Amino acid sequence: MSRANGTPYAPHTDEETAAMLAAIGVDDEEALFDIPDAVAFDDNLGIEPRTEREIRDECARILNRNDDLTEFLGRGHYGHYVPSVVDHLADRAEFLTSYTQYQPEASQGFLQALFEYQSMLVELTGLDVANCSMYDAATALGEAATLADRLRSTSGDVVLVPEQLREGKRAVLENYCAGAELTVEEYPTADGTADVDALAERAGDDVVMVYAENPTVRGCIEERLDAVGDVAAETDALFVLGSDVVALSVLESPAAVGADVVVGEAGALGLPTAYGMGLGIFACRDDFLRQVPGRLVGASEERAPPEAARDGGGDAADARGTRAYTLTLQTREQHIRKERATSNICTNQAWVALRAAIHAATLGPSGLVGLANDCVREAEALATRIDELSGAAAPVHDRHHFREFAVRVDQPAAAVAGDLETEGFAVHAIDDHLLQVCVTDLNAGRTDGLVAAFEEVL
Amino acid sequence: MIHDQANYERDGENVREPLLSEKGEETVDVRDESPLPDDLTREELTLPNPSEPEIARHYTRLSQMNWAIDSGPYPLGSCTMKYNPKFTEDVAADPNAAVHPDRSARSAQGILELQYRLQDVLAEIGGMDAVTLQPPAGAAGELTGILVAKAYHEHHGNDRSEVVIPASAHGTNFATAATAGYDVVELPSGEDGRVDVEALEAAVGDDTAALMLTNPNTVGLFERDITEIAEVVHDAGGLLYYDGANLNALLGRGRPGDMGFDVMHYNVHKTFATPHGGGGPGAGPVGVVDELAPFLPTPRVREADERSGYERFEPARTIGKVHGFAGNWLVLVKAYAYVARLGDEGLSDAAAKAVLNANYLAERIELDVPFGPFHHEFAATAGERDAADVAKRMLDFGVHPPTTKWPEMVPEAMLTEPTEIEGQSSLDNLAEAFNCAYADTDEALGSAPNRTAAARIDQVGAARNPRLSWQALDGE
Repeated sequence: MSRANGTPYAPHTDEETAAMLAAIGVDDEEALFDIPDAVAFDDNLGIEPRTEREIRDECARILNRNDDLTEFLGRGHYGHYVPSVVDHLADRAEFLTSYTQYQPEASQGFLQALFEYQSMLVELTGLDVANCSMYDAATALGEAATLADRLRSTSGDVVLVPEQLREGKRAVLENYCAGAELTVEEYPTADGTADVDALAERAGDDVVMVYAENPTVRGCIEERLDAVGDVAAETDALFVLGSDVVALSVLESPAAVGADVVVGEAGALGLPTAYGMGLGIFACRDDFLRQVPGRLVGASEERAPPEAARDGGGDAADARGTRAYTLTLQTREQHIRKERATSNICTNQAWVALRAAIHAATLGPSGLVGLANDCVREAEALATRIDELSGAAAPVHDRHHFREFAVRVDQPAAAVAGDLETEGFAVHAIDDHLLQVCVTDLNAGRTDGLVAAFEEVL
Repeated sequence: MIHDQANYERDGENVREPLLSEKGEETVDVRDESPLPDDLTREELTLPNPSEPEIARHYTRLSQMNWAIDSGPYPLGSCTMKYNPKFTEDVAADPNAAVHPDRSARSAQGILELQYRLQDVLAEIGGMDAVTLQPPAGAAGELTGILVAKAYHEHHGNDRSEVVIPASAHGTNFATAATAGYDVVELPSGEDGRVDVEALEAAVGDDTAALMLTNPNTVGLFERDITEIAEVVHDAGGLLYYDGANLNALLGRGRPGDMGFDVMHYNVHKTFATPHGGGGPGAGPVGVVDELAPFLPTPRVREADERSGYERFEPARTIGKVHGFAGNWLVLVKAYAYVARLGDEGLSDAAAKAVLNANYLAERIELDVPFGPFHHEFAATAGERDAADVAKRMLDFGVHPPTTKWPEMVPEAMLTEPTEIEGQSSLDNLAEAFNCAYADTDEALGSAPNRTAAARIDQVGAARNPRLSWQALDGE
C-alpha cells in the first residue's frame, strides 16, 4: 500500500482511491471537477511544499527578526502572565479541535465552560447577561452602538464618545455606526477623565448612547462615573461602559453606576499579547436579552426518553431533569433571522473565552483582586520614579491610575520613544511631548531598567 | 468503532461535572485590600476559588464530554472540519509571534515579514491583487469586503442601496449586508440548484452594489455559468463578492479572481486547517482586485527598501479599521504554516480528495441526494424523517452528524462535508451510520442520543426560560 497524496493529511492509498473512483463510476478525480475550462486554473501557484521541520525553522527564523524588547505597552491590549495550566488544559484537543456546539448532547464540556465564563462576567460586571463570542473590545463597542440603535431607534442617531479614545477603537466604531446611520461625536475630557459638565451640556434627545471607559485610555480611573450614568439616564440614552476583566475585579461595579452595557477586553486574561488578538466582553441588563448580539449558552434539562413520558412520567423535563447546557435564543441570530438578525457574528473567540475562564479560576477572587491592586500600585510607583527624572513629568493627569499613565517629556516624544527602543524598551509616543507607559505583573520586574534607560535618553 | 463520551454515573444516577461555583466560592472584601479610595472600588467580589488540581480535573472532565475532530469524523457541511496538524500549534506558540501590536515597524520586522508572506500566498491562491489580514472571522471578512465595496461605489459617486444574495447562501451574508446598511434582494435558486441567470438579470440593476456568491454553492454545486453571472453583475455596475466558505473544493484548481470575483474572504480556519477552537478564534482575510485595494483597512504591510525591510502603510482611501488591533494573528500564523506544508501539489490534492470523498459518500448512503455532481459537500434529504432526529441517532453510531435543516432548498437537509481527511473505511462507517439511523424506528430516533455525555436536551425550554449564568440558577 502506498500513499501518493500531495497532502500529508489525506489517508488514501492508491488502491483505495481507485476503489472509490470505481464505486462512483469515474476514471479519475479530474472527472469529478465541474469547473468550466474557461475558469479552471491549470497554472502553478508557486508554493513550494516544505517539511514540518523546515517550516518550524523558517517561521522561527523570520519571527526572530523582531527586536528583543521589554514592552511597557498597553492602550487596550495588555500582557499579564498566563499560568502554564491555561495552555495545557485549553490545548486539549477535545477543546481545541471542536466546533460550534450545534449538537449540545455531544458538546457538554465546552458548553459548560462557556456557561461558567458567562457567569464570571455576570459577577464582574454586576449585569444580568454576558455573551461569549465577541472579537475584541473595539468590535464589542461597535455592536453596543447597533444595540443602542435597535433599542432607541426613534429617539436619535448620535453616539457620544470621549475625545480621548484609542484611534483604532474609534475607527471600528465608525464602521459599525455607518451601516446603522449613526453619527459618532466626541465629548470633552478634563484632565484624563470625562468632563461630566460638558457631557451634560451636550446630552439631548438626539443621543442614543453615551460611552465612557474606566480606566480611560490614559490609564486614569474615572471619579464621576455615576454622574455619567445619570446624564445617560436623564436623556434615555444607553450608558455603555468600557473596561477589562482585570480592572473590573476591583473598580466600581458597572451595575452600581448605572451602566446598561459593559464592553471591553476579557483577553487580558488567558491570552499572551498575541499581536492584538482579543476577546470582547459584552454584558447587559436582561431587558435587552433578545437584542443581544453573539452566542449565549443557557442551562436546560435533559428530556425524558419517550417511554418515560408514555408511562406517565409527567412533564418531560422533570421526568429526567438532569441539568445540561445548550446554545440558546438562536431566533435572534443570522441563521434564522438573516438580515433582521441582531448581528452578523456567529461564533467566535469561544476558545479564548475558555482560556480567560481557566485563568480567572486559577487566580480565584483573591488572586484577581491582588493582580488588579498591583496594577494600581506598580503604576503609581513607576510614575513617581519617572517624575523624579529631569526632563520628565508623570503622571500627567492628577488621577488614580490603573496599569498605565502618561509622561510629559521636554524632548519630542517620538525621539524619546525611539531612543528607549534602542535601549531595549518599548513605550507609546502618543503626542508631541507625551509618552504612555503601561506596567503589569509581566514587566514590573524590569522597571529599574526602564527608569535607567529614561535617565540615559532624557 | 463506537465512540462513547464520558458520562459519569453513580448508583445509576447521572452525576455531571459540577459547576465551578458548586465546588466552592470565596468572597473578597475589595475595599479592605485596595490602595484606592473606597468610592472608586466595588465592595466585594465573589468567584470560585478552586485549587489547581481541581481545575485540572474539572477541565479535563469537561474536555471528555466534548466532540472534536481528533475524536472522530465531524462532517458538518459548510464548516470544513478537517484535521488540524499539531506542528502548526508549535509554530504559533513562538514567543516572538506574541508581541504587542503597537510595536514600531522597525522592532517588529519578523511579524511584518510573516504577514507580508501570508498576504502574498493568499493573493496567489485566490487570484486576487491585494489582501488584508485584519478581519478576525469569516463573518468579519464579509463585513470588511462589503464595506470596501461600499466605499468603492461611494468614491465613484455611485450610491447603491442593494446587495443580491441567493436564497441558499449563508445567513451571515444577509446579516452582513444589513449591518453595512444595505437592503437585501433574495435570489431564488434555479431548478438545477444553481443561480438562474435570467432571474439574476431581473434582480440586478442601478441599485445593485454587489452579488454575494459562494462557489461551489451550499449544496456543493459549481456555478458553471460563473462567467455569465460575472458579466451580468458587472454590466449593471455591481461588484462580485466571493464567500470563501467552500474554497477547499477549489484549491489549486480554480481561483475566484480568474472567475471575475472582485472581492473575497478566506476562512483560514476552514480551508487551511487552523483549529476551530469550539467556535473561534477564526480569521477572515479579505482579497480584492487592484481597483478596490485603496479602500482596504489600515494598516497594510509592504516591502520597503532593503535596509528597512517591511513597513506598515495606510491605503489611500481606507475604510479605517474592522478590528481594534491586527485581527486574530496567531490563527494566521497557523494558516501560513499549513499552506507551506502542503505547497502547490498538496493544496490541489486536498481539493481532489475532498471532492472524491463527498461523491463517494453520496454514492454510499441510502438517503436521497438531489442535484450533483458535487464538489466537497452535498445535501442529502431525510425525506419523511426529521433530519434533527436522524442526526441525534447518528451520534449513537460514533460519528458526528452533518449540518441539519439547511440549506432550505433541500427539505430535511443533511449537509455533509467529509473533507479530505477521511479514508475509505471511515467513509464506509459514516455511510453506515447514516443508513442505520435513517432506517431506525421512531422510538430509537426519539430517544437518541445514548452515547453522549447528555441525553436529548430540552432546547425549547432553554429558550423559553433563559438561565444564562450560575447566578440565574441560584434558588433552584
